Amino acid sequence: MANHEVNTGRRRFLTATTAAVGAIGAGFAAVPFVTSFKPSARAQTAGAPVSVNIAKIDNEPGMRIIQQWRGKPVWVFKRTPEQLAALPSLDGSLRDPKSDNADQTPAFAKNEARTIKGKENIAVIVGICTHLGCSPTFVPEMLPQPFDAEWKGGFYCPCHQSRFDLAGRVYQGVPAPSNLEVPPYHFADDNTVVIGVAPEGAA
Amino acid sequence: MNAIERVVNNATDWFNQRAPGFLPFYRKHMTEYYAPKNFNFLYYFGVLAMVVLVNQIVTGIFLTMHYKPSAMEAFASVEYIMRDVAGGWIIRYMHSTGASLFFVVVYLHMFRGLIYGSYQKPRELVWVLGMLIFLVLMAEAFLGYVLPWGQMSYWGAQVIINLFGAVPVIGPELTEWIRGDYLVSDATLNRFFALHVIALPLVILLLVVLHLGALHEVGSNNPEGIDIKKVKDEKGKPLDGIPFHPYYTVHDLFGIGFFLTVAAFILFFVPTFGGLFLEYDNFIPADPMVTPAHIKPVWYFTPFYAMLRAVPDKLFGVLTMGGAVIILFGLPWFDRCKVKSIRYRPMLHKVLIALFAVAFVVLAYLGMQAGSPVQTLTARILTVFYFAFFLTMPIWSAMGQTKDVPARIPDHD
Repeated sequence: MANHEVNTGRRRFLTATTAAVGAIGAGFAAVPFVTSFKPSARAQTAGAPVSVNIAKIDNEPGMRIIQQWRGKPVWVFKRTPEQLAALPSLDGSLRDPKSDNADQTPAFAKNEARTIKGKENIAVIVGICTHLGCSPTFVPEMLPQPFDAEWKGGFYCPCHQSRFDLAGRVYQGVPAPSNLEVPPYHFADDNTVVIGVAPEGAA
Repeated sequence: MNAIERVVNNATDWFNQRAPGFLPFYRKHMTEYYAPKNFNFLYYFGVLAMVVLVNQIVTGIFLTMHYKPSAMEAFASVEYIMRDVAGGWIIRYMHSTGASLFFVVVYLHMFRGLIYGSYQKPRELVWVLGMLIFLVLMAEAFLGYVLPWGQMSYWGAQVIINLFGAVPVIGPELTEWIRGDYLVSDATLNRFFALHVIALPLVILLLVVLHLGALHEVGSNNPEGIDIKKVKDEKGKPLDGIPFHPYYTVHDLFGIGFFLTVAAFILFFVPTFGGLFLEYDNFIPADPMVTPAHIKPVWYFTPFYAMLRAVPDKLFGVLTMGGAVIILFGLPWFDRCKVKSIRYRPMLHKVLIALFAVAFVVLAYLGMQAGSPVQTLTARILTVFYFAFFLTMPIWSAMGQTKDVPARIPDHD
């Protein structure tokens, strides 16, 4: 045994293959630790859809319900015909007026009002600024504001001065990169919005 | 030789035979570590950082004995520590004040390195390891600030985690993975606690050992930037060096005493430091439905936060903020100056380094403000200057007439 010549090629091969197998093993061993960081089954359950009764806001424009869904504030509010009519006039000063960013707007709401067709007056929007997650302030009055002399109503983020119109569309020249998110939602009946599930037949 | 001496000698011999590396290790790092004789005030901050680190670990251990890392109980348990645990209030304030003082001494320590060229060859590794400590320390401080689960803890966590949402493609999944939920919640608090009390402290301790090890291999720089190893006596000891122990241990003890006096004053009289060390909003329990009117990080993050806000684009804002920290790693390679210390550098260098220090402080101030148009404009200009300072350093650091550096450290007596 002692006098055998050392086969360095074989040694190198064995070292390399052992290291490779070891690395693969370590990779698999890391899987449970990495996945343990993901939302647990309990957290996923807590993220189930919620229903909102909108009967009481239906006749009061400017009033807003804040419903918690997956821990996020979801705003449900009514817009007057004047407010809706003003939306297209803002297109020029918005970053994404047609809601082309599909991450923020589901296909069923890709329209000027960013709502389900036929229910344009009821807006359902996740009230979290797309910049860094603050909750913007509701400023529905179509009056001049300190931050915008030609304010047509909308949302103003107190954290970093991002502005959004009444459809949650982001203005140009503010830190927020995209429109406020429209969650998947549908109407179970005329007075009940279900947040978390898109309308049937829609993506 | 009396009986006691014999016992001591035998015990020492017994130990040295079984751990023969220990005595040489002690000599290398203490009694035969020759440090330059001309350390000034700014050279206290390294040892002070160690003192604060020990303070954070000791007070932290005692805080974990009463703190509850759950969203339901965290806020109340911190108030319980403050009101009902005997001595709890001072342990908690030692920890929270310690965090801020940690950054005070670390920033001054880094500033010292900057003006005396302590990062230059052969100390690049010392600088890089120190920067890694700074990076992990920022993460550690952020995680710790979330634990009391006040409004600023909660919304600060929200803002910082969402920075990762700027990563293209995987952003949303990444933030969900960090939070462990669809929102900042109990799961987030629990994992932040684990990272804060065990994972990152272990990393910091390891890095501190490496930082000191790397320093002791090459030896300390000094305010003159003169290499003391070039002139040695017949025994091979630097003529301008003195053994770390006992000279600098005693010297440092004096500085530590002074520092602890200042720290004690803060602890007893201004523990929140006017909302700088502990923000007022953080004495309100976390509420996911209500955003505080003005979210701002603790003072030590504000220079970088001001740069984040200065950029009107999320991804580039995040890259700017990250880049502002990462660019510091490159300092040893940006500097092309022949001399180390600012004392032998041309006026141009002195002015630029002074402006840089001013810009950093002004950015820190701007990061605390609400951000008026003038402030935003100022922050933008200073952000550009911050990066230009480093990126053009290879050019300006080679310019100008340096003074001749003497071989020996000059006597001033």
